[in-house]
Amino acid sequence: MTVLVFVETEAGHVRQASRSAIAAASKLGEVHALVVGDAASVGASAEAAAKIPGVTKVLKAGNDALAHTLAEPLADLLVSLAGDYSHIVAAASSVGKNVLPRAAALLDVQPIPDVLDIVDADTFVRPIYAGNALATVKSADAKKVLTIRATSFDPAPAEGGSAAIEDAAAPASGDTSRFVSSETPTSDRPELESARVIVSGGRGLQNGENFKTVLEPLADKLGAAIGASRVAVDSGYVPNDYQVGQTGKIVAPELYIAVGISGAIQHLAGMKDSKVIVAINKDEDAPIFQVADYGLVGDLFDVVPKLAAAL
Amino acid sequence: MQGRPQGPASHRRQRVSGKKTMKILVPVKRVVDYNIKVRPKADGTGVETAGLKMSMNPFDEIAVEEALRLREKGAATEVVAVSIGVQQAQDTLRTAMAMGADRAILVLTEESPEPLAVAKILKAIVERETPDLVILGKQAIDDDMNATGQMLAGLLGWPQGTFASKVELADGRAEVEREVDGGTEVVSIALPAIVTADLRLNEPRYASLPNIMKAKKKPLETLQASDVGVDTTRRLTVVSVAEPPARKAGVKVGSVEELVEKLRNEAKVI
Repeated sequence: MTVLVFVETEAGHVRQASRSAIAAASKLGEVHALVVGDAASVGASAEAAAKIPGVTKVLKAGNDALAHTLAEPLADLLVSLAGDYSHIVAAASSVGKNVLPRAAALLDVQPIPDVLDIVDADTFVRPIYAGNALATVKSADAKKVLTIRATSFDPAPAEGGSAAIEDAAAPASGDTSRFVSSETPTSDRPELESARVIVSGGRGLQNGENFKTVLEPLADKLGAAIGASRVAVDSGYVPNDYQVGQTGKIVAPELYIAVGISGAIQHLAGMKDSKVIVAINKDEDAPIFQVADYGLVGDLFDVVPKLAAAL
Repeated sequence: MQGRPQGPASHRRQRVSGKKTMKILVPVKRVVDYNIKVRPKADGTGVETAGLKMSMNPFDEIAVEEALRLREKGAATEVVAVSIGVQQAQDTLRTAMAMGADRAILVLTEESPEPLAVAKILKAIVERETPDLVILGKQAIDDDMNATGQMLAGLLGWPQGTFASKVELADGRAEVEREVDGGTEVVSIALPAIVTADLRLNEPRYASLPNIMKAKKKPLETLQASDVGVDTTRRLTVVSVAEPPARKAGVKVGSVEELVEKLRNEAKVI
């Protein structure tokens, strides 16, 4: 069996979530990686993918539409390559979730999103109902289309392999779908999905200014990424890409500090696999304390600066 | 409508009092209410849903709201809600009509067909109704698949704007701001197209009592999956459904000093 993994790259690096997808795919068989980008930079991205141990071949395709990972040409590309593969795999990222179901429909396959565990070549474990239940499902489709929950598979190393690189024919893309712009603020902080420590804020922070003045000093001390609950994002305290939860990012850091977050099931769905959870909340009945290893009942405006000072 | 690809929606377009029609189809799903924490059945065959409060999938409420706002702005002329599922899904369609949808279609199937079958049924409904835009919720909060919109787009060969936080229609295209891992991006897609709604697209309205009464008189058509020629045989067999591993109970600490001490010496994470 050979598995095709769609690999996301960023500035010549393979994203960690894609290395987790490669690790998952390695359990199924030989791994080929598909890398896309603009014609000028796809070569460097392909070389990064070729260094990942376990990848035996890298396919690269470059044009402007693929550079922006538009779903339409990318799904067509996956379908054109699918014939040789038993499984088509990607990380359950915003790109993977956008593209793989489209490709699956074109292949007449029911996709299996958010795979947490691989039982055998046909059988997979995935969360349902915001992770309140885990379903083990067996696919009757000849080909499987899977997205992988990155936090459930340790990423393959970035270095150590030397796979061959081949060109794949980039599909022609029309004008029906075009990329206009993107707003992806850069930050010196680690990415949420790969951070070792996350400090996350909720309604209790009261406004965006308090994220800066109260949470950021703590995050700086810990070298942590900053996350947020849905309420904090909906209220405009922080941008959407901070959201942790059922419909936001799924994270599993070594240490997750939930500050002023009550702990709705939709939020817990995104962080309850963290190794150590700390909850700071003034409401001692807040549901977040039910999943916290260490709970501290108190006023966050008093506690968080003290904690930052004590580190 | 420059640049519009030829398709059923373009050549069958009708004119009403000299003005182009612009129809939006909104698929809605009946799910266990989002406030309820479900549990796996003791025999592991599924989750216990008997007697639980059912509601419209929250992302679908956002999709309905967006369609209504486009109609209220004059960008659309008709909003048609469609649901695929058991007979009780008509309650969900009545809710959509109470919010303001003009009419509804129910396609009867077994409980909870898979996204592939749903997308195939929706494709058949799209071919019958020839909408210019289909707005769906980005995912259903029961199976959390996040697939139907993308799959429908693939089957129709239409462009897709998923996880939308903003939608503008102009000149036969939709400009869609999307929530992505690193922030947001904007894509421009030619109509007819598929949009899937993310959380921050809008805040759905509540249906008023007079509108709930009015919705009872709005047309609701019922079809069978076999009427639209779709095989809904499942591709995935559920082997088992289980509780996720529970976290072991934690402790409350009395002070910041105690917390730091535990994190340092017990958990060893700082």
